[in-house]
Amino acid sequence: MSCIEAHGLRKAFGNTVALDSIDLRVETGRILGLIGPNGAGKTTALNAILGLASYEGDLKVLGRDPWRDRDELMRDVCFIADVAVLPRWMRVSQALDYVAGVHPRFDRAKAEAFLAKTSIQRSSLVRSLSKGMVTQLHLALIMAIDAKLLVLDEPTLGLDILYRKEFYDTLLNDYFDHSRTIVVTTHQVEEVQHILTDLMFINRGRIVLDCSMEAFEQRYAEVMVAPEQLAAARALGPLHERQVFGRSILLFDGADRKTLAELGEVRTPNIADLFVAVIGADAAPTQGAAA
Amino acid sequence: MSPSNTLLDSALPPPAPSKPTTKTRPFYWSVRRELWENRSIYIAPLAAAGVVLVGLIIGAFHLPTRWAHMVSTLDPTRQSQIVAIPYAIAATAIMATAFVVAIFYSLGALQSERRDRSILFWKSLPVSDLTTVMSKAVIPLVVLPVVSFVIMLVTLLFMLAVTAVVLPMNGAPANLLLSAFPLGKTTVELAYVLVVFTLWHAPIWGWLMLVSGWARRATFLWAFGPPVVACVFERLAFNTSYLPALLHYRLTGALTEAFNAGDASANMNHLDLAQMDPLKFMFTPGLWLGLLVAAILFAAAVWQRRYRAPI
Repeated sequence: MSCIEAHGLRKAFGNTVALDSIDLRVETGRILGLIGPNGAGKTTALNAILGLASYEGDLKVLGRDPWRDRDELMRDVCFIADVAVLPRWMRVSQALDYVAGVHPRFDRAKAEAFLAKTSIQRSSLVRSLSKGMVTQLHLALIMAIDAKLLVLDEPTLGLDILYRKEFYDTLLNDYFDHSRTIVVTTHQVEEVQHILTDLMFINRGRIVLDCSMEAFEQRYAEVMVAPEQLAAARALGPLHERQVFGRSILLFDGADRKTLAELGEVRTPNIADLFVAVIGADAAPTQGAAA
Repeated sequence: MSPSNTLLDSALPPPAPSKPTTKTRPFYWSVRRELWENRSIYIAPLAAAGVVLVGLIIGAFHLPTRWAHMVSTLDPTRQSQIVAIPYAIAATAIMATAFVVAIFYSLGALQSERRDRSILFWKSLPVSDLTTVMSKAVIPLVVLPVVSFVIMLVTLLFMLAVTAVVLPMNGAPANLLLSAFPLGKTTVELAYVLVVFTLWHAPIWGWLMLVSGWARRATFLWAFGPPVVACVFERLAFNTSYLPALLHYRLTGALTEAFNAGDASANMNHLDLAQMDPLKFMFTPGLWLGLLVAAILFAAAVWQRRYRAPI
């Protein structure tokens, strides 16, 4: 069974179409990166998946209708919204008590063990914790829940590098396994590139790229081309071209690796560079080459 | 997306078998959550009782001898009436405080979680909107009346103990207060008053909770502004005052409908077991209409929370 399955998922706010009939399928055991510019529809899509907002079209998450069955769905789904949303008046011990009291799949010992590795005091108020510590606390609560789907909407926004690195390391080492699925949105694309199994670009309410990371590595190649070979390289129809230190870096979609190797050093592009190429082309179609 | 084997997959442990689920009590913990967040629910009535008690004790210990002499010369009925006044004040203060706390609690109940964005956390847990709204509704409908009841009873016991010491010092019988407020009878009276008022005021709590979930800001204004404006409009347009009468009836009607005295300004010490009339109260259409309206308003608040997002 797919973890998330959507057909013709649509959401409009007045005349603004936030999601334009997208089809979406996320299999169990995947880590999907949902990448898009501000206002692309990422959060709208996640809100629909989490049962936080209504939508048109078909959507099944773990076989359930999220809008109708949010509370039941939340037994198997966890999410961390874009910024720290833990109530500031709460004590750490109360947060543990509450989640233990309402969540059938919460393992309190696990959360306590995770907290023991941090400097968070059980008696502290959330308001007295730093932003990084609040995220650690939230992560401790989430990781102790035996959920099937974890949705992270900009989970590391506003955190320093140490906390960000620790966040994803903990997630991968102590949480993820093949029975779980993770969907993550972030602007710090470079931080998630190595953990993703699947990649999805969303722009202006539509999905503009949907592929596995394996396919991504096979499909896209980046070549640093010397000026004398630039014309030959351009003839191959690059997706995007940028200048670094006076040299041109051309990004190709599905070009033959051997041909590219003759032009210069070939490597797999960063997601961020592909993002600029694809979304940039989508935003201004005349600038893009053969996309 | 097609499955693929990445570097990551090979390093991962095999899927762990699902752990057995533990028993949960979402409603119980949601109510406790409310008490954690809103400590004024029990602190404010306690403080009211404390202030009144301390004031009375200080006053009682330097009771003017003239007054004490006067009391001791009155006939027993009159004596107990005078001694009853301080407790009536204390009980009224506790009830009034609980009422004010209930108003401000209800107005914030579904708004503060949106303002501090914590609604995203609450909604990430398997607790339904019905459970959440009901856990908030029981604060004015059950928790505050029970808290008031307990505090009023403890206050009475405390004052009985104090008067038992103070009154003989002033030449009055020690059991004077007890004769004004016999324990068993007073317990029943207090419980009756609280139950009657809570049921009668139910639509008020429903309305405040609905506004709390609906208004983005200025909940107080949205809750009380429209009724006032409507009253003024009715007066100007039709020169009638049905609406003000209706609102007044909703606020104080329990006094006239649940007691025989028919005295809307009745004080605690005027209400008597003999005057309690549960049967009359139960056959008052206003009670059932009010409860029906309350049910509709609470249902609307539940329905509405599904659509609510941070503000």
